[in-house]
Amino acid sequence: MSGLQQEEPTTASAIWRSTIPVWLVLMALLTATLVLSYIPMGKFNTVSAIGIAVLKALVVALFFMHLKRPDPLLRLTGAAALLWLFFMFSLTLADVLQRLPPTQPGTVTPLEHGSMPSTGQRAF
Amino acid sequence: MSVSPQAMHEALREPWHSLHRQRQGVSFGVWVFLASEVMFFSGVLLLYAMYRILYSDSFATAARESNIWFGTINTAVLLTSSLTMAVASEGARAGLRRLTLWCLLITALLGLTFLVIKGFEYREDITEHLIPGPHFKLPDPTAQIFWALYWLLTGVHAVHVTIIALVALFNFQAWRRLRQLTSPAFEGLALYWHLVDMVWIFLYPLIYLPGRSG
Repeated sequence: MSGLQQEEPTTASAIWRSTIPVWLVLMALLTATLVLSYIPMGKFNTVSAIGIAVLKALVVALFFMHLKRPDPLLRLTGAAALLWLFFMFSLTLADVLQRLPPTQPGTVTPLEHGSMPSTGQRAF
Repeated sequence: MSVSPQAMHEALREPWHSLHRQRQGVSFGVWVFLASEVMFFSGVLLLYAMYRILYSDSFATAARESNIWFGTINTAVLLTSSLTMAVASEGARAGLRRLTLWCLLITALLGLTFLVIKGFEYREDITEHLIPGPHFKLPDPTAQIFWALYWLLTGVHAVHVTIIALVALFNFQAWRRLRQLTSPAFEGLALYWHLVDMVWIFLYPLIYLPGRSG
């Protein structure tokens, strides 16, 4: 797009040749995440499921959404979204993951059902 | 086949002085919109993350009630539609008419297939009493939180998939030569479609995969 002149495919076969490998990688990752989710790995089941999702999203962004092209404007826009995401997740989880049982005097405890603790079970 | 200067000129719109700049403008504008979409979806995903940290065991039990086959097949359908959309966008840029028309059509049909499969899945979920509220299938009340998020996330995502109406419209316009293949709008539409695919890429492991190994 901008920056260096890109060599973009101009024939149908060249377009298929440059996109089908990307699709094959995505399908391979889908198969991998499905198989791995049935293998007991404890907390690493979550790690592999989310890790492979990030990989797949990266493949789509780089190749199908053309972020591999040296276009700083589009890369920055994509990165800006991730920056706000990082703030939101880190600040919220810094609270949720560190929460202790309410021990301060005068703390209003939330309604607690038997199976619904008001503090985290620490999934990770 | 090559793109004629005439075709370039007809795709050009105000206020742009060159198609190159117009292309940049469309891509940038769509990316800004996609950034807002990312923040929108991740708000709900953060809610999911918090509840899953609080009630990890009941989320695993609740997620096992989802139908892995519908979920996996639909993921494959969407990933494939991203392929055909990428090819359609590249084909339009290169001025390859037949390739663009066919790939846009297949993309729209795959999107429709996704919605039909989702519909069958919803019917099964409803008959199995997986709607939060009275008569919910699982005894644990926190399992209902997972299913509330399931309906919210997949429902909002399905609304996004209805953008296939625009894919079909662009296909019609290109077929009737009402829209030049050099129009940057094809790339803009493709970017949006890839985001819809990307959102599902994250929903799939969060909804269908927890608790499968247990």
